[in-house]
Amino acid sequence: MTNDKVLQVRNLSKVYGKGCSKCFELTGPEHNTNICPHCGSVVAAHDISFDLYKGEILGIMGESGSGKSTAVKNLFFDEIPSSGQAIFFDEGKQYDLFNLNAQQKRHLRNHRFGMVYQNPHLGLNFNVSAGGNIAERLLMSQLSNYQEIRERAIELLHRTEVLTERMDEMPKNFSGGMQQRVQIAKALATNPTLLFLDEVTTGLDLSVQAAILDLIMEIQRESETAMIAVTHDLGVIRLLAGRTIVMKYGRIIESGLTDQILEDPQDAYTQRLVASAL
Amino acid sequence: MFNQTFSADTQFRKASAEYNFGFLDEYAKKEVRRSVLKAIAIPGYQVPYSSREMPMGRGFGTGGLQLTLSLIGKKDTLKVIDQGSDDSVNAVNLRSFIEMTCPGIDTTTKVSEATLIQSRHRIPERELREDQILVLQVPYPDALVVVEPSEDKRKIMHGEADYSRLLVKLYEDIVKFNEITISHRYPTRINGHYVIDPSPIPRWDVPKLNNSKSLILLGAGREKKIYAVPPYTLAEPLEFDDIPFRVESFNDSTGKRRTCWRCGCDHSFLDEFIDAQTGDKRYQCSDSDYCDEQIKSQVNNQELEG
Amino acid sequence: MNIQPILEVEDFSKTFILHEQGKSLPSSQSVFLKAFPGRLTALIGPTGAGKSTVLKGIYRTYLPTSGRIMFTTGQGQILDLALADEHKILELRQEEIGFVTQFLHTLPRQSTEDVVAMPLIKEGVPHDIALEKARDILGKLNLPERLWAVSPATFSGGEKQRVNLARGLLAQPRLLLLDEPTASLDAKTTDRVIELIQNLKETGTAMIAIFHDMDLVKKLADDVVKLEPPVGTEHFFNSNTNEVA
Repeated sequence: MTNDKVLQVRNLSKVYGKGCSKCFELTGPEHNTNICPHCGSVVAAHDISFDLYKGEILGIMGESGSGKSTAVKNLFFDEIPSSGQAIFFDEGKQYDLFNLNAQQKRHLRNHRFGMVYQNPHLGLNFNVSAGGNIAERLLMSQLSNYQEIRERAIELLHRTEVLTERMDEMPKNFSGGMQQRVQIAKALATNPTLLFLDEVTTGLDLSVQAAILDLIMEIQRESETAMIAVTHDLGVIRLLAGRTIVMKYGRIIESGLTDQILEDPQDAYTQRLVASAL
Repeated sequence: MFNQTFSADTQFRKASAEYNFGFLDEYAKKEVRRSVLKAIAIPGYQVPYSSREMPMGRGFGTGGLQLTLSLIGKKDTLKVIDQGSDDSVNAVNLRSFIEMTCPGIDTTTKVSEATLIQSRHRIPERELREDQILVLQVPYPDALVVVEPSEDKRKIMHGEADYSRLLVKLYEDIVKFNEITISHRYPTRINGHYVIDPSPIPRWDVPKLNNSKSLILLGAGREKKIYAVPPYTLAEPLEFDDIPFRVESFNDSTGKRRTCWRCGCDHSFLDEFIDAQTGDKRYQCSDSDYCDEQIKSQVNNQELEG
Repeated sequence: MNIQPILEVEDFSKTFILHEQGKSLPSSQSVFLKAFPGRLTALIGPTGAGKSTVLKGIYRTYLPTSGRIMFTTGQGQILDLALADEHKILELRQEEIGFVTQFLHTLPRQSTEDVVAMPLIKEGVPHDIALEKARDILGKLNLPERLWAVSPATFSGGEKQRVNLARGLLAQPRLLLLDEPTASLDAKTTDRVIELIQNLKETGTAMIAIFHDMDLVKKLADDVVKLEPPVGTEHFFNSNTNEVA
């Protein structure tokens, strides 16, 4: 593993609502809530800091409402953080993610980031074919040769084990697992430096889950893509992530090497989570 | 009301005297002109304007009409065409309305004589000059409307020149039909940034937008947008490197170029119609002025030769 | 002895805090040990002496409660594994520290030979050469050839253990931790393992091992460290306060 940092997140906070001076003091795991009792704002994430290195998969684990998806949405520009800093390192350049203009954000989103959502409707355009979905991302990155686009789409679908004969079919004709594969192919189209995986296997059959995870690991081995995998599933964390962050009520309550988190969890909450799963 | 003996002509004059020159009040015209200046300054950008009520239904060319009425002066010579013809109902009505509300202007059917040309669905075959302005009537100004229903999002996409989803549309066309099937309103990138809907002109006319000597203004009355292709500005239809944009082919099944049955022209946009008597397909220049001109020059040539 | 230790564990202790049950559970207490290049240190002691805990503590699967775990890297840097940055630990696990356990987590689609070859491939060894070496060592460990192309997910304990050993030994780490590497192996294969471990020693690998069989300790250990179960066992506390010792 080369020690090249891809992402450095410091003190990321996201508050929904007007917020008040007591929001952070009165929310979090020790208060068992992320809703500020004083002003009613929701502290979806607070004081999130972590580093991500090239080729590594970081797991962010927590229940719904823990803030794990919020963290990713902010980094992928789906939401605007309330405060904090995130530096993205790519090809010798540094990007201060939360201080970019719209066009710079779009550029990173389309070229250097990839996102695979739990719900394929968020990641795929259901009005165009599977191949068209991949073409869209390639066209965003200024590829303008039809034949090249076709070839690259075939290559990506082949890589993610989607029958290439079906590339001109609409995503709605595909099974859930197949839709995820198309989503992954689309996300990988531009060889992104950073890939976000938001509950990618949730809701799929177990055998399909295993195959998708397998695919993701293969991709990780082959490429240097750094990934952030958000999940509530310990099995996914165990298989994919080298390091894991555990979140609850918008805060990081524990982070460490994944095997350490699973075998020697320090926090009472993590212990309960691990005990209930094993 | 009192005098029942007014001739049609005096009624006409009377009516026109009651309107401000150009029907619109001066403030409305100024607003349109300001929007036009902005549209020229930002080639291809859709400038919103207030779009006044006109005494005709929206969708009948009110956007083009407001542009014409705001720009026309007494020294102008106007030509109004609808699908290439000066004689179709829409063209005739618009022309007489402008004549009525703009006393003193000249009208013509000849492109070469016109200083201002308002057109629906066609750009004249004869190349326009620097001293001419072409006004196109536009039903749907936003090329992105086919891929994005939200205007908010479309504005952001335009701002960022994000047209990948339009290109996907072309991609899907090629996948399904082996060619780009868009026949009208072909999305065209202006000055390297904004993609416009050039109004329902055929593909044949799209290359005329590029590097045009005349100013081309586009007005959408219902959608309240004005945009422009300024003179000598790049206008590129969206395409793939390996599947370039193509204009309509008028070749028959043997590969021979069809000609106009009237003037014999072999290089103009042709309309197809069925001869009522024989039931045969016939082809004729869509641009009637151009067709007449061709016939005339042939007659002249024959006279010269004879 | 003038060779420098590659690893020095000083006063290592591990107590598990079980919040749910409201108790603390001492597992290892005041452990001192060293590992030297080319030598094997065997951990011995009764059940409950925390032998595996020490290995997991060195590997950072467990966070030590106290003590220092000083490791000298290939580049001569000395760092405390108990405190080192997680990325540093991952890097060391990839390049310098191996761990052979009785357990194996793999994905259903990865073949056994790929699992074994993976550390070499990650180091940059060409795929075919890495595979060749993987097959060679799998053969030495008597894993039937028909299993090489199959995923080890469905293997028996003994077969999985051979895969683990093959991978751990092939990687030739600078420090190899072995937790009962022969527990479910037959005598013939165990002899092969002994041979392979001896070979590995000659390449300079330092090893810390737990053997279920004293005979193996006699055959392989250069140094022996005896561990005792921690004095004072479970300690109950009020879990509601979440206070940790």
